[in-house]
Amino acid sequence: MSMESLTANVDPAVLLDDLIVRTETHKHADAVVIRPDDVAEVMTRLKRDAGYDHLSCLIAQEYQDRFESVYYLKRYDDPTDEFGVVVPTSRDNPVSESAASVYPTANWHEREAYDLVGIEYEGHPDLRRILLPDAWQGHPLSLEYDQDRPQIVEFSEHANPLAEHGREDETMFINIGPHHPATHGVLHLKVVLDGEQVADLDTDLGYLHRCEEQCCQSGTYRHQIMPYPDRWDYASAGILNEWAYARAAEHIADLEVPEYAQVLRTMSAELCRMCAHFLALGTFCLDVYGDFTAVFMYAMRDRERIQKILEELTGQRMMFNYFRLGGVVWDIPDPREDFFELTRDFLDVLPAAIEEYHDLITTNEIFQVRTVDVGVLEPETAKAYGCTGPVARGSGIDCDLRRDDPYGYYPHLDWDVVTEDGCDNYSRLLVRMREVEQSARIVEQCINLLEEWPEDERELQSNVPRTLRPDRDAETYRAVEAAKGELGIYLRSDGTDSPARFKIRSPCFHNLSALHKLAEGEYVADMIASLGSLDIILGEVDR
Amino acid sequence: MSSDLPIIPEPPGDRDVVTYTQDARTVGQDDRFDSPLRRALGTTPFILTKFDQFMNWVRGSSMFMLQFGIACCSIEMMHTYAVKHDLDRFGAGVPRASPRQADVIIIPGTVVSKFAPRMKRVYDQMPEPKFVVNMGSCAISGGPFQEGYNVVKGAEEVIPVDIHVPGCPPRPEALVYGVAKLQDRVRNGESSPVVVKPYELEQFGDLERDELVEHLADQIDPDDLVMRYNWADSP
Ligand code: SF4
Repeated sequence: MSMESLTANVDPAVLLDDLIVRTETHKHADAVVIRPDDVAEVMTRLKRDAGYDHLSCLIAQEYQDRFESVYYLKRYDDPTDEFGVVVPTSRDNPVSESAASVYPTANWHEREAYDLVGIEYEGHPDLRRILLPDAWQGHPLSLEYDQDRPQIVEFSEHANPLAEHGREDETMFINIGPHHPATHGVLHLKVVLDGEQVADLDTDLGYLHRCEEQCCQSGTYRHQIMPYPDRWDYASAGILNEWAYARAAEHIADLEVPEYAQVLRTMSAELCRMCAHFLALGTFCLDVYGDFTAVFMYAMRDRERIQKILEELTGQRMMFNYFRLGGVVWDIPDPREDFFELTRDFLDVLPAAIEEYHDLITTNEIFQVRTVDVGVLEPETAKAYGCTGPVARGSGIDCDLRRDDPYGYYPHLDWDVVTEDGCDNYSRLLVRMREVEQSARIVEQCINLLEEWPEDERELQSNVPRTLRPDRDAETYRAVEAAKGELGIYLRSDGTDSPARFKIRSPCFHNLSALHKLAEGEYVADMIASLGSLDIILGEVDR
Repeated sequence: MSSDLPIIPEPPGDRDVVTYTQDARTVGQDDRFDSPLRRALGTTPFILTKFDQFMNWVRGSSMFMLQFGIACCSIEMMHTYAVKHDLDRFGAGVPRASPRQADVIIIPGTVVSKFAPRMKRVYDQMPEPKFVVNMGSCAISGGPFQEGYNVVKGAEEVIPVDIHVPGCPPRPEALVYGVAKLQDRVRNGESSPVVVKPYELEQFGDLERDELVEHLADQIDPDDLVMRYNWADSP
């Protein structure tokens, strides 16, 4: 019997017996409440003895009488096996023990919790703000925050980097970003170079922190939240993000989705995935060998094709707002045949296009030299930092929520999860390219299904009450496989029609947190390539 | 009488006539159109007008855009540059990676408190004359995130803006139209006036001493540049 199957049978309640204050039932999983100074011990036991190797989300929130950190754990080999650890602390002294010694990914999670909510984590290696500027006053998602108070933001962090780091100390400090063509948006990397190699790297986020969680918390479930997800991973992957919210909200409010709508959802989501992967491909080549003229333009051309299809379906090129709780908003536009033809035309030219990409990129010697065995991310490291999606699959981790935690119409379709075990930049790109082919397979099957669907059974939305008020104190965390990995939403209801806490678990945020592992010791130019291969979208990293 | 009535220029009566005509040519114009040639030729009105017109035409016909991406709108901006929409057809499709080589900056996305000082610095680094196109509702007003605790209510709080292109995101066609409008304005020698913006980069030591400044006094050096946000006064 293998180690894994042994650990899978351990009941966490028995394992933690002496440390449990009380148990709770969250809508998606069981949870235990523990004391704030037992966090490391509990996490160690759960990871070592119960096999929970994935800290998928940390939610920090403030109640009238306490602060609370909720850690959700999962297993990479079975993401449906979920478990929650709730750590309440008092309001006057919101300090709890850090989990970063057990799960490295807790480092950034806890920094975010400290930054936005104000919980302090004892034993955290580096507890400082992560999204907001250092001189910020107050914690914006805490209950007493006054949004109108003035704030001062420093500029001095960008003082001349060479002034203090002269030649004598043999290393050089450079700033990359926050506005730099290679950072894929507004990301700031503070890099210390030894010669041309990266000796140390500090990632500075928050240049696009546009308060998505606050915005969602002030919207109503039914209509006002859905437009925001489109703007998280904005590489035209909006529908995948919408699905994350839809899945969580439908779970907390017990809504059904008609089968026909599921097929439409699945098809549109996969179109979005292709679109997002094409952008990743184009910009990656731009990063690696400055290819602005061929591959980048080809990728844009293929994105235009997909956007045309999506525009026919949803009415927008990027910010689709296509899902509704309990279904989708529109059926395929009339005449339906035209839509099918448009989509099929695209699917017909796709194999040739992909072959062309392979000719241009993957078999290109310059490209191979730049990417093979560069930016190596070992599977264990990937798990430790909570990497998911193509980044994890490029490291040989066989995980995909579409298959492992099924939703939508995926279980009824024929497709494969793509993995590569090179663990390098090349593998990550290859995974994306092969995923495009799989997505095309899914889209094709959906098109066939939609075409055959009897006219009187085309139900787009189930019956959803005009105002949704999920049960008081219900909480849930649901995730979907977005273009970049596990995109999860935590919702807590207070009985009103908008969520009391809305937390976004962003895959890019976690993938990016592993960057220093990929980059340290590598050449600075390869660090840029590694960053490109992680395929981050800053809207989703900073939220 | 309130002092915010527009100031009407005094008639030339008691002023030196020569200075007045010289001023009339240079003062009325935005000084971002100033150039050594213009100053050198300042006394020969005929050549100057023609030359000005020529220069404006040149400027409008060959715009170097700064490669500047912020948020979702920048994806549509990339599509505007790329195949199909191809902004280059209109003489405005040369993205420059350095602000020092660019004439136009498109602000494609949400400006947040941490980024605004950097954006201001990038803008300051561009050589004169320079023009700004706001792309999308975020850059115009904060857009969908206007209520956010961290969001600057439009790029115009920080830098002067010539053209606003509404949309979320604007379609590439809309951006092309916006850039074409900007080119028209540049050809006609118009641009938005440069005035003091609510949020400026200033030295910490120069800020008015209030509770917040006192509180941060031991953290921030008086010589450091900071941007102060008075959120309560934001639109
Ligand atoms: S205007 Fe809309 S599309 Fe543009 S940056 Fe803002 S949210 Fe994104």
